[in-house]
Amino acid sequence: MKPKALVLQARGSNRDLDVMDALTLAGADAVGIPLNDLRNRKTLLSDFQLLVVPGGFSYADALGAGKLLALDLASYFVDEISAFVHAGKPVIGICNGFQALVKSGILPGDSSAGQSTLTFNAQGHFECRWVHLRPVSRNCIWTKGLEEIITCPIAHGEGNFQSLGSLAPEQIAISYVHMDGSSANGEYPANPNGSMLDIAGICNPQGNVLGLMPHPENHIHTWQHPRHTRGETGGSGLKLFENGVKYAGDL
Amino acid sequence: MSIYKFLVFNNNDPRMTGYLTDAQALGFQHLQGLMVHDLYYIEGQLSQEGLQQLALKLLTDPVTQSIKWIELPGTLASDSPGADAVLLEVALRPGVTDPVAEQIVRAAYEIGIDGVWRAATAQRFVLKFNEPAEQPAVDQIVKNLLANPVIQHWAMGEIIPSFPQEAESSGTVEILPIRSLDQEELLALSRERRAALDLAEMQAVQNYFLKEQRDPTDVEFETIAQTWSEHCVHKTFKARITRDDGQVIDSLIKTYLKSATDKINAPWVISAFVDNAGIIDFDDEFEISFKAETHNHPSAVEPFGGANTGVGGVIRDILGVSAKPIANTDVLCFGSQDLDPNSLPEGVLHPRRIQSGVVAGVQDYGNKIGIPTVNGAILYDEGYTANPLVFCGCVGIAPKGRHHKDPQARDRVAVLGGRTGRDGLRGATFSSMTMDAQTGEVSGASVQIGDPITEKGLIDVIVRARDLGLYNDITDCGAGGLSSAVGEMASSIGCDVDLARVRLKYPGLAPWEIWLSEAQERMVLAVPPEHYPALQELCDTFDTELTYIGEFTGDGRLVVRYGESVVVDMDNEFLHEGIPQRQLKAVIEKVSFKSRAFDIENSNIRDRLLALLSSPNIASKAPVIRLYDHEIQGGTVVKPLTGVEADAPSDAAVIKPMGTKGLKGIVLSNGINPEYGKRDAYQMAWSVMDEAVRNAVAVGADPDRIAVLDNFCWGDPLRPETLGSLVEACRGCHDASLFYGTPFISGKDSLNNEYLGADGQRHAIPPTLLISAIGVIQDVNQAVTMDLKKANNLIYLAGEFLPGSEGVVPIVPASTPGVYRAMHQAIKSGLVKSVHDLSEGGLAVTAAEMCLGGRLGMKVNSEASILFSEVNGCFLVEVAPGKASAFEAQFDGLPICKIGKVIPDPILRISNLDIPLVDLFQAFNNPLHL
Repeated sequence: MKPKALVLQARGSNRDLDVMDALTLAGADAVGIPLNDLRNRKTLLSDFQLLVVPGGFSYADALGAGKLLALDLASYFVDEISAFVHAGKPVIGICNGFQALVKSGILPGDSSAGQSTLTFNAQGHFECRWVHLRPVSRNCIWTKGLEEIITCPIAHGEGNFQSLGSLAPEQIAISYVHMDGSSANGEYPANPNGSMLDIAGICNPQGNVLGLMPHPENHIHTWQHPRHTRGETGGSGLKLFENGVKYAGDL
Repeated sequence: MSIYKFLVFNNNDPRMTGYLTDAQALGFQHLQGLMVHDLYYIEGQLSQEGLQQLALKLLTDPVTQSIKWIELPGTLASDSPGADAVLLEVALRPGVTDPVAEQIVRAAYEIGIDGVWRAATAQRFVLKFNEPAEQPAVDQIVKNLLANPVIQHWAMGEIIPSFPQEAESSGTVEILPIRSLDQEELLALSRERRAALDLAEMQAVQNYFLKEQRDPTDVEFETIAQTWSEHCVHKTFKARITRDDGQVIDSLIKTYLKSATDKINAPWVISAFVDNAGIIDFDDEFEISFKAETHNHPSAVEPFGGANTGVGGVIRDILGVSAKPIANTDVLCFGSQDLDPNSLPEGVLHPRRIQSGVVAGVQDYGNKIGIPTVNGAILYDEGYTANPLVFCGCVGIAPKGRHHKDPQARDRVAVLGGRTGRDGLRGATFSSMTMDAQTGEVSGASVQIGDPITEKGLIDVIVRARDLGLYNDITDCGAGGLSSAVGEMASSIGCDVDLARVRLKYPGLAPWEIWLSEAQERMVLAVPPEHYPALQELCDTFDTELTYIGEFTGDGRLVVRYGESVVVDMDNEFLHEGIPQRQLKAVIEKVSFKSRAFDIENSNIRDRLLALLSSPNIASKAPVIRLYDHEIQGGTVVKPLTGVEADAPSDAAVIKPMGTKGLKGIVLSNGINPEYGKRDAYQMAWSVMDEAVRNAVAVGADPDRIAVLDNFCWGDPLRPETLGSLVEACRGCHDASLFYGTPFISGKDSLNNEYLGADGQRHAIPPTLLISAIGVIQDVNQAVTMDLKKANNLIYLAGEFLPGSEGVVPIVPASTPGVYRAMHQAIKSGLVKSVHDLSEGGLAVTAAEMCLGGRLGMKVNSEASILFSEVNGCFLVEVAPGKASAFEAQFDGLPICKIGKVIPDPILRISNLDIPLVDLFQAFNNPLHL
């Protein structure tokens, strides 16, 4: 049976359908669930094997990107989400979803809660461009076994990851790199937002919760690749979802 | 009740750099440093613990910000501002939408902090000067850089905030004694109420009420003014026009635009000119819709809000045909960015400020609502200094046969979405008048600010309600607000609505203001009573408000109440058909503006090319394009920027809509050329039609499946010469439309784009026609981009090279449709590696851009004299040597010639002159006036 994936639709989520497309292609039964349906218990999170907090501008980024959605998660669903995480089920937060996971303390998910954030891009503005990513964590169930560079777009204004705490190396799940795979070394635009250690995504210590700023869900077909007319083949974002869906299916 | 003030410091605030750069560019050399702090005011009763929770959990990011607070009255110092620093605070004016404040109240309640009653936001600026600052200098900086007096107020030192009030209407209705007025008084009434109605129209109103034997209420008069505004009824385009040669044109729309569509009679056009957007066939399952509108006047006054709501407005047009919005386009025209601030007409914002505000407005709305911005243009001309143009387009997709426009008696009149305030009051008539130095102040209280997240809720609800068949009719609230939306829906059936039921943002609105308000993010639906509960449930799920304000009646009358009293009771036929046809005169002039002349010499090819590449109209727009999300919804196949490093300009966008089967895609492109508009409006129309079609064909669109939209932005049509060029442009549209077989499916006009300066001079825009094209490509994998692909490939010039002589607009060669069909076949057959059209700057610029895209060189064998000539109907095409004969065969009997080849060295070699790629790159990326 296909694992059931819940894509959380908050007020202002807008890449929900994009990630549902990717999950479906990766073999999941993806369902978009409005936050109010979860809140009213019309739908139960425990009925699902995989949770996605998708990209968007929840609450219009008022008071900081992801901040108010994080408060929603922390005040309405704290028990359900921690049960989900503790059960080892895969969770992914993309872009605004990543911001919400960090600001709610679900990520990094270690003792350093409240010491990490995603703040304004070093360039000072929103930016949409394609980036190259290296999946680095061998501990994260989403990136484990991925060897190839993932190419996909970013589209954010507050993606600059900063932490006052010390992040365990295996919690750095995905890094920005140059096109040839060499380290971005903080250089713009390979590192598009000034994130420390070129961090594009992090995971919790258990490795089942991943948050990342870029949008692998927008690179699941060859024709999405910016150089497909130059003969480059694409779809490299799909593997990440295949990993997560397979893991959910094996649970 | 206490008021608490919170001051938030950012450790590292990227906003500072932006402000300082702008300050330098605007000539404020004495400003040395600037800090921005966020201010929040909370009215309520809070314990120390509550204040602390609010500060730390809600108002700050503990990693990057610090906060302090105080109960007012009292002062809050900034940390170490320095003795000579100037401190000022900027807050929103009362009534201006403050979404963050709303969220503070909501979130505080949700996380269990009791006692937060109301909230307001503001900003504190700490300015440092390198010499003591005088008050007037600080005022200048605030007015030009930090605040817009239209929506904000400021104070040196600390400011007193204003809070939103409880909402209740004033209920005041006036009777306007129109029956007793003479001609002078009728015109005076029109002016006083900013109705923009002429004498004949005022007399028609007077006659109607003489017949009714009563005087109108203010609500009725305002309803007529809006319904009959240029914006809503297009009276210039429907006027009876007499040309100076005696020829009479009965309606430009009928004679030129609609008639072209009727003559072409394309079977794939589903709806043209009748609905909120034009609709064409896509595949067996889906139809696609397209609409473009302008939001010029609001953007001149408040650039961010104006552009923001321009985007929001056109998205609602797409929702108005029950379609899901899937792509945005934007074409922007500004004055010169390095204009001397001292030469600005009074009351006009600096073009730099207008551009940054407009771009931020487009970015904010499109990105937040989740629609990719995939195609557009930015043009500069001094004629746009006081009247910037902001064209917003939107594409939608819908399953066939689900959109209905058929309200039934007893259906409920339901307002969906945002609440009603004074936003955009009289916007339709405002946009129909010439602006002056006072316009900003007069209309300031009514400026529109968008709320894309609320509109996202509209999309979520409408798409589902459509699939469930919950409504019989739908339209958007745009110019004219409810009066226009409800009025149009009820125009044949009639309705009875109660304005006291409309939900308000704040108190004190008179009934006419409620009825006319252009508050954003609202749609009106005709909902059968039995479906109302299901629609309500959908709305609750998506946090979207639904308000039942009345019913459709079936008696053909427009009845509007405010509680017990009837404030409008008019015959719908009079309202919608009673406007007298305007009688206008047109004088056709050949050249209405002085054209710019070029001096072409062999020796200055290099300088000339580099100058063109770095000129504002041609140089890279990448810094702006990257502010827009062009990837969301996952369908962007040909992106706005393309090539090896994604920094070269695409000819058109290709999108593959999510959820459709197969590999069919949509192609979007545009054509616009104000420079040609100044010279010859008729040929300009041909040229921009050609440009739009040519760009679409260049990425792979089928030239026999392209539809277009028209957007005319002109000056005052009552001046016969101005109307003359408009007539000629329409005639050009008609002729070119038939020539290509590309029907118009929708259009819009924005007239009176003039500014009456305090100097008594009129500042008019160049005659500007935007053609937006929508086409279809059978397989998105066949799409072609403009970047050179491989060394040793051959370069062809396809199309007949017919430059205009100096100052004359080039004509469209007769062979052009044949060339486009051949090009399309060649692309479909995989014979084309890259193709780029010849447009502004001519062949040399086209070649340079292709080199930049592919990071390869090109050798071009061409005479120097034609390098920079602008032509229509031509492309440069890259073809692999092995495919050369097949490619040539495709063009049998058509004008093509082999003109060069791709070379591995990073050099553009023209007429034995080598221009290194790095120089082209430098010139092209000389950032937009920064």
